[in-house]
Amino acid sequence: VCVWGQAEPLNSNGQNSLLEEEEEEEEEGEDLFTGSLSVPLVLSLSRSLSLSLSLSLSLFPSATEEVSLDSPERDVLLSDGPSPVTPPASLISPHLPHNHLYTHCSFDEMEEEDTPDLFDISILVSDPEKVGEGMNAYMAYKVTTQTSMSLFKSPQATVRRRFSDFLGLHGKLATRYLHVGYLVPPAPEKSIVGMTKVKVGKDDSSSNEFVEKRRAALERYLMRTAKHPVLLKDPDLLTFLECSELPRALSTQALSGAGILRMVNKAADAVNKMTIKMTESDTWFEEKQQKFENLDIQLRKLHCSLDSLVCHRKELSVNTALFAKSAAMLGNSEDHTALSRALSQLAEVEEKVEQLHQDQAGADFYLLAELLADYIRLIGSVKGVFDQRVRLWQRLQDSLLLLQKKRDAEAKLHANKPEKLQQARDDIRELEGKVQQGERDFEQISKTIRKELFRFEKERVTDFKEVIIKYLESLVQTQQQLIKYWEAFLPEAKAIS
Amino acid sequence: MVAPRCGPVVVVDVVSVSIQQEGLDDGPDFLSEEDRGPRAVNVDLQTDATLQVDISDALSERDKVKFTVHTKSTLPNFKQNEFSVVRQHEEFIWLHDSFVENEDYAGYIIPPAPPRPDFDASREKLQKLGEGEGSMTKEEFTKMKQELEAEYLAIFKKTVAMHEVFLCRVAAHPVLKKDLNFHVFLEYNQDLSVRGKNKKEKLEDFFKNVVKSADGVLVAGVKDVDDFFEHEKTFLLEYHNRVKDASLKSDKMIRSHKNAADDINRISSSLYTLGTQDSTDVCKFFLKVSELLEKTRKIEARVAADEDLKLADLLKYYLRESQAAKDLLYRRGRALVDYENANKALDKARSKNKDVLQAETGQQLCCHKFEKISESAKQELVDFKTRRVAAFRKNLVELAELELKHAKGHLQLLQSCLGILKGDT
Repeated sequence: VCVWGQAEPLNSNGQNSLLEEEEEEEEEGEDLFTGSLSVPLVLSLSRSLSLSLSLSLSLFPSATEEVSLDSPERDVLLSDGPSPVTPPASLISPHLPHNHLYTHCSFDEMEEEDTPDLFDISILVSDPEKVGEGMNAYMAYKVTTQTSMSLFKSPQATVRRRFSDFLGLHGKLATRYLHVGYLVPPAPEKSIVGMTKVKVGKDDSSSNEFVEKRRAALERYLMRTAKHPVLLKDPDLLTFLECSELPRALSTQALSGAGILRMVNKAADAVNKMTIKMTESDTWFEEKQQKFENLDIQLRKLHCSLDSLVCHRKELSVNTALFAKSAAMLGNSEDHTALSRALSQLAEVEEKVEQLHQDQAGADFYLLAELLADYIRLIGSVKGVFDQRVRLWQRLQDSLLLLQKKRDAEAKLHANKPEKLQQARDDIRELEGKVQQGERDFEQISKTIRKELFRFEKERVTDFKEVIIKYLESLVQTQQQLIKYWEAFLPEAKAIS
Repeated sequence: MVAPRCGPVVVVDVVSVSIQQEGLDDGPDFLSEEDRGPRAVNVDLQTDATLQVDISDALSERDKVKFTVHTKSTLPNFKQNEFSVVRQHEEFIWLHDSFVENEDYAGYIIPPAPPRPDFDASREKLQKLGEGEGSMTKEEFTKMKQELEAEYLAIFKKTVAMHEVFLCRVAAHPVLKKDLNFHVFLEYNQDLSVRGKNKKEKLEDFFKNVVKSADGVLVAGVKDVDDFFEHEKTFLLEYHNRVKDASLKSDKMIRSHKNAADDINRISSSLYTLGTQDSTDVCKFFLKVSELLEKTRKIEARVAADEDLKLADLLKYYLRESQAAKDLLYRRGRALVDYENANKALDKARSKNKDVLQAETGQQLCCHKFEKISESAKQELVDFKTRRVAAFRKNLVELAELELKHAKGHLQLLQSCLGILKGDT
């Protein structure tokens, strides 16, 4: 699939605000965007199965369409330039309504300008409802977006989505952005067992828990995706959050978070294992990679211990309940009235304590364990992005080698077969272009990754701090309740005469 | 083996680990809060100045425990006023059995025998820890070792307490304290040469028990004329079963609690590693929380231990005591049946006018026995109730107070940590 667009002609400032990431290299003026040169903006499945995406896509609506996105950085899109060439319809992604203007703003742009819209968005996923019956049933979730950002059509939007819709969204975002180094948050995992229980109609605590776990995960997923300044502007995300009807995402099997990464990493891995290790010219990357490896190991270990704690607390809760009942029975059979009453009170206290343990286990899980699981998956994305950079470097090296070969061949031809020279020269020019593009891509991905990791670390710090504080607060509450219960019991115990 | 010292010092030599009480100061200090007097963990007893018994020392060797029984007495039948002997578990059991087999004591609740010291589980864990030493970090290993040692020490202290309570109960009982075997037990400073029962004797015991329980059912079926005893019979039966159930459930609950505390330990270690590896702001958080969880775990472990002492042990003790009370009722019931049979025999003899004298003496004996038992049984059962109520009160109050103390300590820790962390963000 290729999408082509018309380049934005230079406006009066001699600046092209669209393709900023390329601007730095093209400041001298010699750039690709003069006149009616079309920009190769490629979303293509190349032979080696790696998806590569060059940046900055701009599509022009027909001149009379209204612009719905009106933040300042997009004003440049409305120009008096030559009438735009309508891109071939078949090449436009079917999900994007024609009257939507959208720009892929590079990260650079975000940092250089004062973002006029403060990040102010809250997304809630709620009200899971079972739709349909039997094996075709599914859960539909209500997604409510509240925002004051001008990106959105209205300050509040409510839509209903099902799980495969989320996976579809993630799939599109991943194929579009992962390969240029953006950390696309992974979607929650599919679970055949969990879903089957729900479909079959088992209305018990474990399937309720499953639905609640999934609902919370979907909410975190959307918030994390929306927090990403680049992804937030993606039209598919906006459509997802705002449009009441969404075409059904097909083959979501392949599009689950892990699925995408698997697909991307699979072929390349096999090749990479045979090729030379990348000569890392930038120690920053090496350091970071090591750090993330360590972080991954530690987070997994912590997650494992937390799981065990959740399990034991649930067990404690159950056993406390059993003891409470037993103590009540004992109280019943005790014939000394004051002691009997005290024992019944003890039973009541233990019942309340049981509920406390249950709640605490819930907090352990939903606050800490799920956060860790999310970050373990996010680190998976980080690794994927690092790998992609290595792959780009690899391709660049391959192109360089090929170029060298062709140059050598040309030299020989120059001596022997002058007629083939022109062809050789053309080939070389093409290859040179490719090499330049490769170098640019590599530079770009390196830069993007740096920025992404910077943002990721900031977010990680905030996330963890927030969650840790919330968790400690939950522990505080538990202890306060415990104190209340035992304080109520003490006089009863003392009253035994 | 390290020589014992004075005072209730416990020295343990297990596998290749030797611990001393001082070294465990940072571990949970279980019985330090209790009075050092007669370690009446479960029983509220009046101590009588004429005879005071306690276990002043104990030594744990590979497969047995040696208790130093210390007696202070003003009674004339003892050679000295204060003396000590070393006894082992089997000798306690011998003493207990001698009471049970003594017909004269049929009308008393025989204080239940102390349970056998069981360090197997703890030893196993220590051994496993030793084997797994290579697979964990130095800090983790030391931490776990300390914990297991503390657990071992706790079990040890418990078994000492159980043995001591048994002796104190005997010493406090107006009749049993005069028992000759008891005096020998206290005074004879040689080995009593009491061996544990061999296989044949254990088998005999087993059959005896089977017969006894069958008989017990028969006897229990006989309706008692006396309301008091009838009521006690039904009460004790139900009570005993429920105490058994409560004891089991409380054990399970406390075990889960310990498991959760162990997990918190592991989490604390992981957080510590994360904190030392991390270079961002959040590393401070990790380290602080790791420290907090370390302290939290200690508190949780202590809560579990206190619940074990105050609740689980209480229930276990009264399980045994209620069994002893049931045994008393059984003996009385047996005596009643014998009495009634003797009456029938007498009637028969009178009607046939044959062996009347023999039947009369027989009947008189049974009557006397039955009345003696009934009289003392009544008193014993009333005492049992008083003791029970007092023990439950003491332990429940202490349990509540300890739970409160720990919860408040825990809360304070959490709040101070939260204050620091919030102040940083």
